[in-house]
Amino acid sequence: MSLDLATTRRIAKLARIGLEDAELETVRQKLDGILGWVDQLSEVDVEGVPPMVGTETEALRQRDDAVTDGNCRDAILSCAPEKSGPFYTVPKVVE
Amino acid sequence: MSYVIEGKTGSWEIVVGLEVHAQVVSKSKLFSGASTTFGAEPNSQVSLVDAAFPGMLPVINRECVAQAVRTGLGLNARINLESRFDRKNYFYADLPQGYQISQFAHPIVGEGTIEIELSSGETRKIGITRLHMEQDAGKLIHDQDPTKSMVDLNRAGVALMEIVSEPDIREPEEAGAYLRKLRQILRYLGTCDGNMEEGSMRADVNVSVRKAGEPFRTRCEIKNVNSIRFVMQAIEVEAARQVEIWENGGEVDQETRLFDAARGETRTMRSKEDAHDYRYFPDPDLLPLVIEQDWVDALKAALPELPDAKRARFQSDYGIPFYDAGVLVAEQSVADFYETVAKGRDGKLAVSWVTGDLFAALNRTGKTIETSPVSAEALGQMLDLIADGTINGKIAKEVFEDMVETGESPDAIVEKKGLRQVTDTGVIDAAIDAVMAKNADKVAEYRSGKDKLFGFFVGQVMKETKGKANPALVNDALKSKLDA
Repeated sequence: MSLDLATTRRIAKLARIGLEDAELETVRQKLDGILGWVDQLSEVDVEGVPPMVGTETEALRQRDDAVTDGNCRDAILSCAPEKSGPFYTVPKVVE
Repeated sequence: MSYVIEGKTGSWEIVVGLEVHAQVVSKSKLFSGASTTFGAEPNSQVSLVDAAFPGMLPVINRECVAQAVRTGLGLNARINLESRFDRKNYFYADLPQGYQISQFAHPIVGEGTIEIELSSGETRKIGITRLHMEQDAGKLIHDQDPTKSMVDLNRAGVALMEIVSEPDIREPEEAGAYLRKLRQILRYLGTCDGNMEEGSMRADVNVSVRKAGEPFRTRCEIKNVNSIRFVMQAIEVEAARQVEIWENGGEVDQETRLFDAARGETRTMRSKEDAHDYRYFPDPDLLPLVIEQDWVDALKAALPELPDAKRARFQSDYGIPFYDAGVLVAEQSVADFYETVAKGRDGKLAVSWVTGDLFAALNRTGKTIETSPVSAEALGQMLDLIADGTINGKIAKEVFEDMVETGESPDAIVEKKGLRQVTDTGVIDAAIDAVMAKNADKVAEYRSGKDKLFGFFVGQVMKETKGKANPALVNDALKSKLDA
């Protein structure tokens, strides 16, 4: 598997990571290395083996429908980079 | 095909599919214990899970799963005993996690159908492709500050059901009928309140056009349309736009568009190049959701009677026409009201009072069936008074208006106003004699062959008895006296 520069740029854009052109080739090589390493898995013959969805044998744990959480606005907003009154604020986004 | 767009190059038909986001009725959120109540103080119903703090783990709400299963059953759909959750990745300020937990490849509900009814009385089946569960996003408020958007995460993490239809819809009217029927089913089931104004039900509309017999052409998706009327309008203007493009030799681009109701047009929101690449992958925090057939069966056994079944039962139990039964079952509260009135009584008489005089009174007084000034029990008692001959149909109108005004029982009103029907033939005979004496000329005319005057005499006798005479007795007695 070989990753090209255009795909590298696209992955960075989707992940909202700003890359200078000068950095692109370095990142491409590193990502390509990771992909190549993971790609070794495809050498394993998994014919007839059902996909593994987790290491636990139990199914998803479910909880009852009760209000047990929330009402902690101050705590949550204390971590916000920007806030105003009861709100988080972000640069204006209008689509 | 009744809806076609006549273009320069011939007729075009429209192809529409709908994706409806329906907010699940539950006390707490899909993956957190924060409350779902609408209209709370901003950011007061947010847990660390909803705000996507590091290390927080989602735990699914069993009731939300039950609501999705109930909805699937109500849509005659296949329930998948094993389903999975995936992460749908995108960045937006209303989505603290940077991904939405959704179900992509393995939804909890598969194919189903909805039967819709058109104004022509025709019915059609619209296919349901799937229903899956996902998280709602938060809300952005743009008008508080010139440079900032405010973020309220109260809605973030509330459970949604995304209900996807097949591209089976061929008319704007069918889209409206589909949404109304879906909303009706959701409300009967109690799985979504169907309130489009508050945003608890919203629709994305996929529209394309084609010449008869062609395969599908490129479609556009119109996002987040928030009323049934706007959905129908958006389809019309979008289809017309696409026909114009094709006929001018252009190509419709697959894109996401917005409907501007004020201008009556759709416009580009995102073109294909900017289309989201969601990079779905299985959520590693969530194991597959496995439910038992026994549990599904128990939920099914406890489902309320749904509109189609209720309508059929009303027709057979109460002997009322298909149309009337449809009007009654449109809202569950109206159906319940009617059934209280009609049980053990004349079902046809009951439907004419409920959909006639009662609806008119509700309209006039600005009340709803829930706040009706006349209870179902009281209206039933009034029908009993008609049935046992205490009052006649005409006096009943007067009693009913008094009930609307005073809220008193029909018995009390009849007593208070002395409206009891006159069945004493002596009194009726005396009234007839008086009328005949006062109108000797008309009696002569009648007897010389002008038998149309009979109605005049009935009217006069009713007036003489202040409307309280039993009309059948009046008819008989009048006939024998005039023909004597």
